[in-house]
Amino acid sequence: MNDMSNKWIGKSTIRPDGAEKVTGRAAYAADTNMPGMIWGKVLRSPHPHARIISINTTKAEAHPGVKAVVTHKDLVDFPLDKSVMLGIQDMRWMCRNIMAREKVLFHGHPIAAIAAISEKVAAEALQLIEVEYEVLPWVIDAEDAIKPDAPILHDFVKFDGKPSNIAGKLEHKLGDIEKGFAEADVVIERRFRTAPVHQGYIETHACLVSVADGKATVWSSSQGQFMVRAMCSYLTGLPQSDIRAIPAEIGGGFGGKTIVYLEPVALLLAKKSGRPVKMVMTREEVMRATGPTSGSFSTIKIGAKKDGTLVAAQGTFYLQAGALPGSPIRGAAGCAFAPYNIANVHSQGFDVVSNRSKVAAYRAPGAPIGAYGVECVLDEVAEKLGMDPLALRLKNAAEEGTKAAHGPVFPRIGLKETIEAAMAHPHYSAPLGPNQGRGVASGFWFNAGGESSAQVNITEDGNVAVTTGHPDIGGSRASIANITAELLGIDYKRVSVLIGDTATIGYSNLTGGSRVLFASAMVVTQSSEKVITQLKERAAKIWKIDPEAVIWDNGEARPAGANAGQFPPLSLKDIAAKASETGGPIGAGVQLNTTGAEGGFATHICDVEVDPELGTVKVLRYTSFQDVGRAVHPAYVEGQMQGGAAQGIGWALNEEYIYNAKGQVDNPAFLDYRMPVCSDLPMLDAVMLEIPNPKHPQGVRGVGEVPLVPPLGAISNAMYRATHKRFYALPMSPPRVLEKLDQAAE
Amino acid sequence: MSKMHVSTTINGEPMEFLCEAHDSMLDALRGPLGLTGAKEGCGTGDCGACSITVDGRLICACLMLAVESEGKSLSTIEGMSQGGDLHPLQRKFLEMAALQCGICTPGVLIAAKSLLEKNPDPTETEVRFGLAGNLCRCTGYDKIVRAVLETAAEMRGAA
Repeated sequence: MNDMSNKWIGKSTIRPDGAEKVTGRAAYAADTNMPGMIWGKVLRSPHPHARIISINTTKAEAHPGVKAVVTHKDLVDFPLDKSVMLGIQDMRWMCRNIMAREKVLFHGHPIAAIAAISEKVAAEALQLIEVEYEVLPWVIDAEDAIKPDAPILHDFVKFDGKPSNIAGKLEHKLGDIEKGFAEADVVIERRFRTAPVHQGYIETHACLVSVADGKATVWSSSQGQFMVRAMCSYLTGLPQSDIRAIPAEIGGGFGGKTIVYLEPVALLLAKKSGRPVKMVMTREEVMRATGPTSGSFSTIKIGAKKDGTLVAAQGTFYLQAGALPGSPIRGAAGCAFAPYNIANVHSQGFDVVSNRSKVAAYRAPGAPIGAYGVECVLDEVAEKLGMDPLALRLKNAAEEGTKAAHGPVFPRIGLKETIEAAMAHPHYSAPLGPNQGRGVASGFWFNAGGESSAQVNITEDGNVAVTTGHPDIGGSRASIANITAELLGIDYKRVSVLIGDTATIGYSNLTGGSRVLFASAMVVTQSSEKVITQLKERAAKIWKIDPEAVIWDNGEARPAGANAGQFPPLSLKDIAAKASETGGPIGAGVQLNTTGAEGGFATHICDVEVDPELGTVKVLRYTSFQDVGRAVHPAYVEGQMQGGAAQGIGWALNEEYIYNAKGQVDNPAFLDYRMPVCSDLPMLDAVMLEIPNPKHPQGVRGVGEVPLVPPLGAISNAMYRATHKRFYALPMSPPRVLEKLDQAAE
Repeated sequence: MSKMHVSTTINGEPMEFLCEAHDSMLDALRGPLGLTGAKEGCGTGDCGACSITVDGRLICACLMLAVESEGKSLSTIEGMSQGGDLHPLQRKFLEMAALQCGICTPGVLIAAKSLLEKNPDPTETEVRFGLAGNLCRCTGYDKIVRAVLETAAEMRGAA
């Protein structure tokens, strides 16, 4: 949809918060200070698994400069036998994740926290806390954790009636899987492994909390100030009305900041000490103790007819949850086969706990893991049938009316368009040299709606101030400015967009699920429409005519119908100047639980070159094709596509945690946790296809997460074409590539 | 131990501050000097979010001791725009959407400025290696590289 009548929607305008960010003035969580502020630090477990016998904080409390000490005893206890859910988070796990209770469950697990007059004094005092442990056997990898003799992390977790490290199961079924495979001419079954990878946000977790007279103010970097308020309330016992959570600018999250680590601890330290408390994690703490996404092992089996029709697909996904339950099995098992119209599907996911930090959301949680194996097996099916891999996907692509195994019947979706665009693109037919290969893959993400609030106010001088409730992680304020300016018919520069705190805007759910623009555009649109109604009423009052006889056109009220041309038009500025006389301030707010978010699809093409001597892999060319619904701000939509591709390249080729024999992470720094740097990558071409979501006023679908779904499969398939070896495990780092190249020809 | 007194020049202005012997330049900038534009992403010189120049040389402020700035001339992101005017790189980053979350942006801009001062006509590869010490997790670097190349062309045209 490229409606050229739009003045601002579809234009890459300058973001409202841009100047502050390029001048270093934007305030991120660690940039805020307060008078009288002291520093909080966390004591972390030296063991991957141990029972806590006792914690003695007496000496630490007596240390000069120490102002408060907190352990699990200061947090609200959520008994193990009763689930208390906040969104998708179980407070039983959350309270134990931020402060170990009965046991420490991973190396780096918080066990106590101290607030002192300086970071140095706090760090010294941490050494004075005496903890007696009963060290227990531990298990790091999910595959080991489900073996019969594996150490059990949680006695209360049962699977098939027995204590187990399998904490949950999810299953989707469609048709008759046995019958489907019986009809197939070709059946391919493979096993896959992926390493856990970190979201890799450059800003470490940080917060500043002040408690005065029982009222708490929390400044922090998160993907949701309302999530911060709720979690602080649940975990400290303070009512939500006594907690104000202020969203700092957020320096990247990618899902990893949809939960809290520090805020409730800092709140308790601030309450106990009577001083504002600042806490900032080191990178090492981030790598040891904040959520990566799951590692996985999975089995994929796909059956096809000779003509390429997919008739049966089975997937079994084991996802590592970390120390406490809650891996994204829904994303893995639900998204894996969603791009294809397959009559018989059986997809199941298992949630496996082990002694490593609890996973957190990471961009389309679980979906890249699900898609990875499926897209690799499809490549083998295409090869066996002698079909072009994109032609195989196109033949089986889901479309409007397709019933997905995870439940819905798709409305109008744009997967076919992404595949057709990829097939027609010059990249797909460009020549390749020696040791080079090209791979393709498609992918799906659910996208999401949910609660959003907005307030649109007309300033006294006739400009516009919009407030929404979602931390802006990648340019959402710019899109909100475009939409508001479009609806009101004014220059986008006259619209300011602010992110409200929990005291100044209504409840708004997390920045996550690719939901922010989908949901906030809905409430901003409805608020703007109410404002336009008010503006017409004010003009009618000034002209003393019926409001029905006024239209709003291109930023002005005009008399219409019988009154057309009777009065000169009134601009926003004219009406604002007379607001007091015509009824008072002009503005409107809307709060909704939005629905109608529809799935997003993408198809990627990747070219790699492998150095057979070094095992290094260079991505030569990368092109993403995505149904973006409506690109309200095209440059930031492209940015999402490019950023997702880059993260996928890191996941596929290099990123992994290396654990030593003591169950500790050996690479908790950016030097050897190897994310892509600028010289690792080529330009990342992004082709946006706009198939509007029929259930959204601007056609928005959500764009942020789909881009991370296809890369793992696309890169693996490219590696096969370059090396003639199939890779079944990630990352395809130089030692793994050399090992594979040294194997005898398959 | 009492604190140490340091006299230095930051963004052309004389500055004095007190620090501990072990404080990094980044600690001093973000602490007593109140210049929080440089960010700590790692503290180990791997991410470049604290990039500054010292006597014209690009460094990570987290790897320099604060006392080493005595008598030196430092440039930080806070000095990049002149008066109310953004530097051409800052302007181009906004126009071309070369930032998303923005946490790496101050460091990337300092590194890019340093690169263009040494090499006003870099190739794409030279820009990529010039910025290889600055991690960005949001953008995939595409728009950053394009913005630097375009600014370089513009600045050459204006010179």
